[in-house]
Amino acid sequence: MNLVVLPAIIPLFAAGLALLAHRSLSAQRVISFAANLAALAAAVALLADVEANGIQAHTIGGWPAGVGITFVADLTSALFLVVSLVVLVLVQLFAIGQGVDAARPRVGQPVYLVLSAGVAMAFLTGDLFNLFVAFEVMLIASYVLLTFGAGAAQIRTGMTYVVMNVLASTLLLSTVGLIYGATGTVNMAELVGRFPELPDATRLALGLLLLAVFAIKAALFPFFFWLPDSYPTAPVAVTAVFAGLLTKVGVYTMIRATSILELDDARTVLVVAASLTMIIGVVGAIVQGDMKRILSFHIISQVGYMIMGLAVGTVAGLTGAVLYVVHHIPVKTALFLVSGLIEQATGTAQLHRLGGLVRRAPLFAALFAIPAMSLAGIPPFSGFLAKLAVITAGLDAGDYVMVAASLIASLLTIFSMSKIWAGVFWGTADDPTPTMAAADADDATFPIDRVTAGATALLVAATLIVPIFGSDVYDLAERAALDLLDPSAYVEAVRNS
Amino acid sequence: MTLLLAVLVAWLFAVGTYLLLQRALTRIVLGLGLLGHGAVLLLITVGGRAGDPPLVGKGDDGVGVAAPLPQAFALTAIVIGFGMTAFLLALAYRSWVGTNDDEVQDDVEDRRVARQVADDEGHFRAPDADEPWDEWDDDESPKQGATS
Repeated sequence: MNLVVLPAIIPLFAAGLALLAHRSLSAQRVISFAANLAALAAAVALLADVEANGIQAHTIGGWPAGVGITFVADLTSALFLVVSLVVLVLVQLFAIGQGVDAARPRVGQPVYLVLSAGVAMAFLTGDLFNLFVAFEVMLIASYVLLTFGAGAAQIRTGMTYVVMNVLASTLLLSTVGLIYGATGTVNMAELVGRFPELPDATRLALGLLLLAVFAIKAALFPFFFWLPDSYPTAPVAVTAVFAGLLTKVGVYTMIRATSILELDDARTVLVVAASLTMIIGVVGAIVQGDMKRILSFHIISQVGYMIMGLAVGTVAGLTGAVLYVVHHIPVKTALFLVSGLIEQATGTAQLHRLGGLVRRAPLFAALFAIPAMSLAGIPPFSGFLAKLAVITAGLDAGDYVMVAASLIASLLTIFSMSKIWAGVFWGTADDPTPTMAAADADDATFPIDRVTAGATALLVAATLIVPIFGSDVYDLAERAALDLLDPSAYVEAVRNS
Repeated sequence: MTLLLAVLVAWLFAVGTYLLLQRALTRIVLGLGLLGHGAVLLLITVGGRAGDPPLVGKGDDGVGVAAPLPQAFALTAIVIGFGMTAFLLALAYRSWVGTNDDEVQDDVEDRRVARQVADDEGHFRAPDADEPWDEWDDDESPKQGATS
């Protein structure tokens, strides 16, 4: 068994096992948690292998590449996979602490494992059709998590999410079909070189169609509207993992598609989309009055920064994009987990019903402050490094309008983070919840749940790894970017698999 | 034959898109189903002409053999589409049980804007039977329909 397929296969098998163990919640938890940990271990081993020995590829069943299903891991995908699995493991711990997986019928843990498998498969696949399958595996799990045991509000918003994503998947399927019709292959490595030789009109139409589909998944302008409506209604552990991972899988596929298909002439479209995404996302966040909705709009704005790196298209730009994804996944998830901690303690995430938590729950304040400052790009946190990389690349390439948009968006991000800070942690609540009022009357601090707070603290600590090993992470991202710009090593690895 | 299939694919996409733009959930689900069928037919069409089954030992030179990949794609897509349609129908049913209504609601932001406009113009806003949908957005759900 090759290391490349393990991170996708372990959770899938364990999902079946966990389903069989539905009678015992603790058995389910042990199986699921162990499976995600094992997948993480496999991903770390894979990253080390790719780092030392170059791109790893494996074609299943001994078929030649192009007929069989190919799995490939290069630095970009291995790096994203490791970060994603760290987040998946810690959110799982948080969910176990909250006990949201206890609802009957007990499908929460198995479905979560299917989500892990789908995410891993999307990162590792070397074949466009298999990417469609990976998306479906990931999305069907996300549909269930979003609407499971749901009230009317969750069904309504879940419906938007499901319909939007089914439509995007149908478009993806059609595009994959058309690409097969035009080139005779859906294997990414075989598309390198073959796709750019198509007549210009066909090439651009197919390339842009593919980018548009991935842009829907990534919530890029103008396809972002489904996200802030559907994310905040789910249980917070679900929202946190969606916020961290799902749109970033879309960003990853956009990065991969531009690398494989050599869509240099799509750059202008990406520049416009990235600039508008950054601004519109953050402007949307400013008018919101609920912590989870503010954070949801910020996902959109942050996706704009990643696509900005991609739109610049130089080594520095792609390095910035990779770095931004690595920074964003844990930071965003951590912020949502803190909003979950606050909601768990006080019963709400609405700013006007909260206040003075810096006295009532100093730990939450600390756990919020670090990722919030990181998101806003304040040194020395990871967001500063990522933003610096993207913006320097933009300046070098002369994309001044986009750089200006990113700086404005950055300023507004600080503004809306301080709005959360002022609303939740300072002052007093305008309309306190019963728990808030009781705590204020006794001048007591909120009780801290060890498991959920511990999981959040671990994730916040994980966000500090990027700034501590800043230059190493940057070097890794730069090597990943070099491989993306010159896919010949990728092609070589797949041919020899 | 290819032309006929191409026209059929286009027709399925057109009808699917039309249904998708309707407000009733069941029509949206049917629309997505038709779009899925269009995509599957597209996969078959791009596979080229029909031919002998692509089995080992039969037509190994590749002449007159149907392309196997698009058929594998189509089968996979049909299975996934079936599961998806079943899930969507279940969701539409849950939505109908919850509200006794098959209509898709306006987006939260749209309703907020509409409410804001009504308030700014000083119109009295009648109590809205759909308002309980907003239960998670409880700062904005005036159950009595009172305008502040």
